[in-house]
Amino acid sequence: MTNEKVRARGWKRFYIALIFIFMYAPIFLLIIQSFNKSKSRGHWGGFTLGWYVSLFHDADVMKAFGNTILLAVISSLVAVVIGTMAVIAMSRMKMKSRQLWLAVTNVPMLNADIVTGVSLMLLFITLRIELGFGTVLLAHITFNIPYVILNILPRYRELNPHIYEAALDLGATPAQAFFKTVLPEIAPGITSGGLMAFTMSLDDFIITHFTTGAGMATLPTKIYAEVKLGIKPEMYALSAIIFVTVLFLLMMVNRVQEGSENKRKAGEEA
Amino acid sequence: MNKKTKTRTNTIAGFLGLPYEVYAVIFIVIPLIMVVWYGFTDASGHFTLSNVASIAQPSNIKALWLSVLLSVGATAVCLLLSYPLCMFLVETEKHANSFLTMMLIVPMWMNFMLRTYAWQSILEKTGIINTALTALRLPTLRMINTPGAIILGMVYNFLPFMILPIYNSLEKIDKNVINAARDLGADARQTFIRVIFPLSMPGVVSGITMVFIPALTTFVVSSLLGGGKILLIGNVIEQEFTLAYDWHVGSGLSCVLLIFIVISIVISTITDKEDA
Amino acid sequence: MNKELIRLEHISKSFGTKTVLDDLSLTIHENEFMTLLGPSGCGKTTLLRIIGGFEMPDTGRVLFAGQDITNLPPNRRQLNTVFQNYALFTHMDVAQNIAFGLSIKKKSKSYIDDKVNYALKLVGLEGFEHRQVTRLSGGQQQRVAIARAIVNEPKVLLLDEPLAALDLKLRQDMQYELIQLKNELGITFLYVTHDQQEALTMSDTIVVMNQGYIQQMGSPEAIYNEPENAFVADFIGDSNLFPAKFIRDELISIDGAQFKCVDRGFGENAPVDIVIRPEDVEIVEAGHGTVDGNVTDLIFKGVHYEMCIDVAGREWVCHSTRPHIVGEHVGIEVDPFNIQVMKKPESEDEEAITANE
Repeated sequence: MTNEKVRARGWKRFYIALIFIFMYAPIFLLIIQSFNKSKSRGHWGGFTLGWYVSLFHDADVMKAFGNTILLAVISSLVAVVIGTMAVIAMSRMKMKSRQLWLAVTNVPMLNADIVTGVSLMLLFITLRIELGFGTVLLAHITFNIPYVILNILPRYRELNPHIYEAALDLGATPAQAFFKTVLPEIAPGITSGGLMAFTMSLDDFIITHFTTGAGMATLPTKIYAEVKLGIKPEMYALSAIIFVTVLFLLMMVNRVQEGSENKRKAGEEA
Repeated sequence: MNKKTKTRTNTIAGFLGLPYEVYAVIFIVIPLIMVVWYGFTDASGHFTLSNVASIAQPSNIKALWLSVLLSVGATAVCLLLSYPLCMFLVETEKHANSFLTMMLIVPMWMNFMLRTYAWQSILEKTGIINTALTALRLPTLRMINTPGAIILGMVYNFLPFMILPIYNSLEKIDKNVINAARDLGADARQTFIRVIFPLSMPGVVSGITMVFIPALTTFVVSSLLGGGKILLIGNVIEQEFTLAYDWHVGSGLSCVLLIFIVISIVISTITDKEDA
Repeated sequence: MNKELIRLEHISKSFGTKTVLDDLSLTIHENEFMTLLGPSGCGKTTLLRIIGGFEMPDTGRVLFAGQDITNLPPNRRQLNTVFQNYALFTHMDVAQNIAFGLSIKKKSKSYIDDKVNYALKLVGLEGFEHRQVTRLSGGQQQRVAIARAIVNEPKVLLLDEPLAALDLKLRQDMQYELIQLKNELGITFLYVTHDQQEALTMSDTIVVMNQGYIQQMGSPEAIYNEPENAFVADFIGDSNLFPAKFIRDELISIDGAQFKCVDRGFGENAPVDIVIRPEDVEIVEAGHGTVDGNVTDLIFKGVHYEMCIDVAGREWVCHSTRPHIVGEHVGIEVDPFNIQVMKKPESEDEEAITANE
């Protein structure tokens, strides 16, 4: 390799490193902050695990945390069920109606969150549904279904259409054929779609902000409320915990996807 | 499958779609219609253009103009940062680059408000950068609560939305297409301008819309890094709904945003079609 | 001929406005290796899917051993299919794939194990039980697909272009293996292909199809040597397919030159089509044959040379072990037995039949 090439590679690595520093600096800051004895940021008062302990005694934070998790679990599960059924239905639709429903599915993805948020708020208020956990849940399901559908759809399209017929040919009833062959084949799409929906729900602020009512807080809305008064250090601790957890989840999704990708590739090469 | 079972499974499949169809109509289609409805009526339900026209009020038009300016700036910075990054990433070995791309998404899973808030402690008057500058006996900089800080916040939050589509479109390019261009006599620069960049266009366009729309409509970044002094159109709409409780004006302004959104969707669908 | 097993009666099928099968009747016998041969879109796969139960004919009946099975769903038919591209269940290993049909029928574990082992041995995949099917080569996946079908002891095995995805060498090997497998199992094979070589090699009976009609049905020899119409002649092997005049019994004229033939009964001075296989065109010294022409093209094909000879503006293709250089003036002769005379299509409908691809 010429000197010039080595230098070019050095510059490229430096550039990649800079972007990574930019992306991770605030996160490290937050994690460091969660171990900081001093309540004021930018001032190091010594190492402590105290915030991680007091976190679990802070009823408000724990309540918001519980709401957030409950929302994420229920909304992603509901989205997975409705979304999977929708994919099967859509795959059998005529071209025109499939395109129409796909366009509708794309709306929450492409629309600005603030517009989605206010539109749902208007709907709930007009229908005189009291804003609270229920309305936030409905809103989260709304933006989660598209993630599920768009994750399963490509898998469903790649599916060998004869697999279902092969199962019938071998004596399976239509229901057996679906649960024994089609469902396992699209399972990775369902898993990654569900996990994506889960994390989207976990992190959503804007849509929750417009559809929540008095007394109902999630972690993001609680943080937003605290920003002006100064964020409680417990929040840093909790976020650090969530971050590590989600990081773990994401690595799992990645492995599932990579595993099935390798499987497919091996099949293609053979 | 014979006709009877075929029609039967098709009917079953039709029923499977029903929950989503009902859900989508109630929670996606109708709410959007309601925004338009509220946007074009007054409190007594009569048709009016005054809600949408309120965008022309000096404070509102200023907020919109600032939003457009800052979001265009943020989108441009994202594009300029992302494109070379993606080129470099695609060049690296397979397992390394899939790890690196994943690491670029990971920050998105730290609560985005906290991350943006963390920039406060970096940029503020007694923040990390200014502390460092003081230690070096250099004059301090005013960074927090400036439009620059807001652009930085936007870039920081939305950069992955630009990186991922560009990376995907660059990664899809068949290496032999590039080899063919070189074989036919194009130098590195010509290959880039005439082959690589055009082939990556769908990714670029999708990246631009995915950054521009959230940047244009944000109210969180501006309230966290603008110190409440810099109002974007997102802040104006948010206040109409949560402080002024004027849903008609809020919806009217949202309709203005919808125009931008529709335009960007149309542009990205067109380039997507061309790609296909 | 063996006992009748499947009988198709007046089957028609359209998709939208496109008629895929038109009033087609066909009988398949026990222990027969029958091939449906034709270009893509000729209706052969649709016919197979109707027999398998995946499509329902618009009109007509499917009889299986005398019983009407037209309305029977595929899971209750006594036949199994080897799908194009195999349709293996990628989330199961080899043994689980093969055992699928038996486990649906709730057979005992020991029975299933026995059958799976037997099937693996039959297709030469012993020791592959717990491999991922996606890690297998194309040929191995093909064998799993066959094993998965035959463990269910079907009376008929339907094969939809099963070798299309394999490379040439492997395809040839698999052809022999399939014939052996069929002899061992003693069941009926109904085989769909667009590859005429495959059909000629493997079949007891070939059914040549085009545009939803059966063009000709018969033994490979009959199909090759005595094509009944221009489509069959053109589709099977290389051939010189010319319009000609049937002057009287045993005499025809091609572009004015008279050739003796052995066919009779096409009328007098009637327009006909004739087929002459390239290997049946004999090249002789100029002036010593029936007609003279100039060599315009010479290609070495391995076993023989292929030459194009321009005779009064019409191009004759001819195979010979002796080359004649381009530009050479030569004579042409054809043995009367090697001229196959065919009726010209009369109606427009028949025209449609022969208008190929």
